[in-house]
Amino acid sequence: MHITLRIWRQTNPAGPGRLVTYELSDVTEDMSLLEVLDLLNLQLARNGEEPIAFDSDCREGICGSCGLQINGRPHGPLKGVASCQIHMRTFKENDTITIEPFRAKAFPVVKDLVIDRTAFDRIIQAGGFISVNTGGAPDANAIPIPKNTVDAAFEAAACISCGACVAACKNASAMLFVAAKVAHLGRLPQGEVERKERCLSMVAQMDAEKFGACSNTYACEAECPKEISVDNIAFLNRELLRAKVF
Amino acid sequence: MRPTVTVYGSSIGQKIISAITGLFLCLFLVVHVSGNLLLFKGDEGKAFNEYVIANTNSLLIRSIEIVLFAGFLIHIFWGIRVWLFNRRARPLDYVENRPSENSSLPSRIMFITGMLVILFLVVHLRTFWIAMRFTGTGGLSDYELVQATFQSPLYDSFYIVCMAILAYHLRQGFQSAFQTLGLRPIWRRAIDWVAVIFWLIIPIGFAAMPVYFLIKGAS
Amino acid sequence: MELNSRIPAGPLVEKWDSHRFNLKLVNPANRRKYHIVVVGTGLAGASAAATLAELGYRVTSLCYHESPRRAHSIAAQGGINAPKNYANDGDSIYRLFYDTIKGGDYRSREANVYRLAQVSNNIIDQCVAQGVPLARDYGGLLDTRSFGGAQVSRTFYAQGQTGQQLLLGAYQALSRQIGMGNIVFYPRREMLDLVVIDGQARGIVVRNMINGQIESIACDAVILATGGYANVFFLSTNARMSNATAIWRAYKRGACFANPCFTQIHPTCIPVSSEHQSKLTLMSESLRNDGRIWVPMIKGDKRDPNLIPEVERDYYLERIYPSFGNLSPRDVSSRRAKEVCDAGFGVGPTGKAVYLDFRDTIQRNGREWIKEKYGNLFDMYRQITGENAYETPMRIYPALHYTMGGLWVDYNLMSTIPGLFVLGEANFSDHGANRLGASALMQGLADGYFIISYTIGDYFASNKFHKVDTSHEAFRTAEKELKSTIDRLLGIRGKRAVDDIHKDLGHIMWEYCGMARNAAGLKKALEAIPSLEEEFWRNVSVPGRTDDLNQELEKAQRLIDFLELGKLIAEDALHREESCGGHFREEHETEDNEAKRDDENFSYVAAWEYRGPGNPPKLNKESLNFEYLKPSQRSYK
Repeated sequence: MHITLRIWRQTNPAGPGRLVTYELSDVTEDMSLLEVLDLLNLQLARNGEEPIAFDSDCREGICGSCGLQINGRPHGPLKGVASCQIHMRTFKENDTITIEPFRAKAFPVVKDLVIDRTAFDRIIQAGGFISVNTGGAPDANAIPIPKNTVDAAFEAAACISCGACVAACKNASAMLFVAAKVAHLGRLPQGEVERKERCLSMVAQMDAEKFGACSNTYACEAECPKEISVDNIAFLNRELLRAKVF
Repeated sequence: MRPTVTVYGSSIGQKIISAITGLFLCLFLVVHVSGNLLLFKGDEGKAFNEYVIANTNSLLIRSIEIVLFAGFLIHIFWGIRVWLFNRRARPLDYVENRPSENSSLPSRIMFITGMLVILFLVVHLRTFWIAMRFTGTGGLSDYELVQATFQSPLYDSFYIVCMAILAYHLRQGFQSAFQTLGLRPIWRRAIDWVAVIFWLIIPIGFAAMPVYFLIKGAS
Repeated sequence: MELNSRIPAGPLVEKWDSHRFNLKLVNPANRRKYHIVVVGTGLAGASAAATLAELGYRVTSLCYHESPRRAHSIAAQGGINAPKNYANDGDSIYRLFYDTIKGGDYRSREANVYRLAQVSNNIIDQCVAQGVPLARDYGGLLDTRSFGGAQVSRTFYAQGQTGQQLLLGAYQALSRQIGMGNIVFYPRREMLDLVVIDGQARGIVVRNMINGQIESIACDAVILATGGYANVFFLSTNARMSNATAIWRAYKRGACFANPCFTQIHPTCIPVSSEHQSKLTLMSESLRNDGRIWVPMIKGDKRDPNLIPEVERDYYLERIYPSFGNLSPRDVSSRRAKEVCDAGFGVGPTGKAVYLDFRDTIQRNGREWIKEKYGNLFDMYRQITGENAYETPMRIYPALHYTMGGLWVDYNLMSTIPGLFVLGEANFSDHGANRLGASALMQGLADGYFIISYTIGDYFASNKFHKVDTSHEAFRTAEKELKSTIDRLLGIRGKRAVDDIHKDLGHIMWEYCGMARNAAGLKKALEAIPSLEEEFWRNVSVPGRTDDLNQELEKAQRLIDFLELGKLIAEDALHREESCGGHFREEHETEDNEAKRDDENFSYVAAWEYRGPGNPPKLNKESLNFEYLKPSQRSYK
């Protein structure tokens, strides 16, 4: 099939960037969109032109490296998948596909489609953990945990840290990301001890990273490749109130 | 030691303030629309006039009014503050963006609907409240003032459109406030039903007034 | 070179305990004086960095990803083994030890594997304490499932994302130490050289992938936890960036490379669909519990599979292995699939696939039953292939998945370079010639949480350290060499992209050094790779600049090493005149076409030693002694 790509190119963080149009004709339906970018890059490299820089690694939707705004939506038109899982059969002959980086002040563009999401790591470093040193753990079955508690914690913990929630939010808010971690650890008995401290430190870091506030549009939930629920955001709000007021 | 959070220092805290004041204003709407129902009593405004006078003379109501004003100001001030804060979070926008695929329109235009509601508020206070309370109604009774004002189709259209905007604002705002206050998911359904009162029934209640007086004037 | 495995004396069950007692300790107050660099942040690297920082060492951690949490451990699906015996089904440390040695086809060390089985229980405790949401039953206790190569239920899991959840546990422990200032962390740094001074590993040289700066880090010990090298085959289930550069460059600085030819092929992957394919996706092995594998009896049969009548289908695994059938081990199933496809019975557009058919199970138990068990896998299959596996059989084909080989390490996980420790998939230690399912996560975390923390202290306490900083001549020389290599790459300005050449290498490796190998093919590979290497240095095109994010340059660097490593793999495969585990030599098979080991002549670890450019590597042998288990021939009939 024949495809027109409009891809954001930006040489350095300071910008400016612009959309550049590329035409590709030997695309097949079973290629993934990232393989189309690979193909384009092969052609550019063979001609000595600089290929398009983009992050991607596992290509099975779990490492969270790939984060592209595809046709105006984070991770493209399909629900519950990451950019690497978009295949060309999703598109039609002669379609134009626009690809931009995720945009937020907290996610500066490094080059082309590559962004810097280390703000997320700093939020986790601020408190997204349970303080247990290696070696001192009791037997794994010492505390029984209800199955639905663990399942709810797991669903929150499935976050891949891709940043689609921030990209989708009109305020570039990181609430879903932070809430997922606060809910994952806060729901479990192991996380109980540091519950208050964790929530406060992570929220402080989130604000320091210049993410916006939550407007409850729920765009994050709609675009999350792991379909993490905004119920976690309510959980986070509750935790903050609990920690500060009650 | 890392920076710690205060309720109004944090982004979540700011939203909590917006949510609490918003819900307080919702409460006011209930009181306001119930009082206004007296307009439909068909007694040529007797009950309504008495109600307005009683309100004006009640020290309690006058004190609550101050709180109400404060509620409005805080809600507006914090709304603008959060909006400015949020705007800084994405300095460069997407070339192509399709937010309609992932979120509802009311949820995305809260600031715009909020601003329009302020505009309405200014006009509305000027027309009714300031006249009734301070500058005088030019010899008309309070009921007659309402009736006279709603004779203008232009004013009525403005009023009805504003109620639609208010409805839009509350469509998102009411349930959003509960989410911000950390409502547990099991209550969400119930809140969605209660929300209908605020985004549908109350705005219709208000919008019914100009329609009523227009029809009444014509007949 | 004399290989000293440092396996402690004494009875098997007491070796680790007595060894820990005999290891020298570093006083807590003195630990700050030692600086350790940990390369890689997967399960092994993150757990090691966090644990060592908790102990009080100064730790620098780095990875080539943007975030430590993106390491490829994250993609592991199935689970992690531990003989907790919660299922009360007769499991024990000794049984896990036995299964792992047997599964590895008797090519691993008894002492190492026993220790692995011992500490694996602690891993589960540690992870649960960190908040890893492992699956639980309705009573609130941990659930387990069974996995290939074992008759007990000892695999702990978190849905199909066990690797992700365990890695997040380790990542959170790492993040905590970074937040506390005990670890200095650098993202987007790729290690390009190891610096050895006075015979000790004293630092590394990295490239800052954002601005292209070549940076040096001096330290007292280096830990490599950089994963496996399956991407030498270009197409594998490994992540795109997974590479051999760190271990290969350590090899060139004197660390022996052990058993490079021990590579594992996973039988159930989604087949290659076009020449543009960038990587392969694994479908969990558990599907073989309820799916039947077959090919048409007529060569090149292009009919819709649902229209092929029962009598014209060859359920070849059930036919050849009546007792194990579709659940035959990974290596065996893979080889049989290759055979039928090579003979022309393969299906799909490329003819390189076999059917995995759920028709009978769906007829018996219903579609919902299958959906509940495997729904996410069927969804994934549909996303990638666009086909509905409820209605038409899945097409599967084996793919490269894991590499058992790696840098040689002693019982302390130290390589042949003093001060260079190697953990996880990057070392060769525990899986012999074939790894069992759910054992990779176990080994990575055992190395990182519970082994290195003891053994590295002994190294510090037993050696003297002169003060070394990055102004040392050795760093200057290494930096200069790297810069000139980079300039050379950018200056070639040839006609072929890096991936063009990498794909060629992949074809050679897969064809001659893949599932089934023979001397003639391996010799062909040993001729073809050098000429490809020559073409690379003459005709590769690496556009862009040095002082910038340059992904083509990154790939080119990695390909240099894959080309060299490919030769060593072929060399090792050629020298190992036997079949064992993942290494199958067609000349060495039993009458039933099964792998035929030669314990007489090959019961050893082949540790290859680099002897400078142009010189053939030297083979060192560490013989394997089985005191407790008697090597026997595997049979699955």
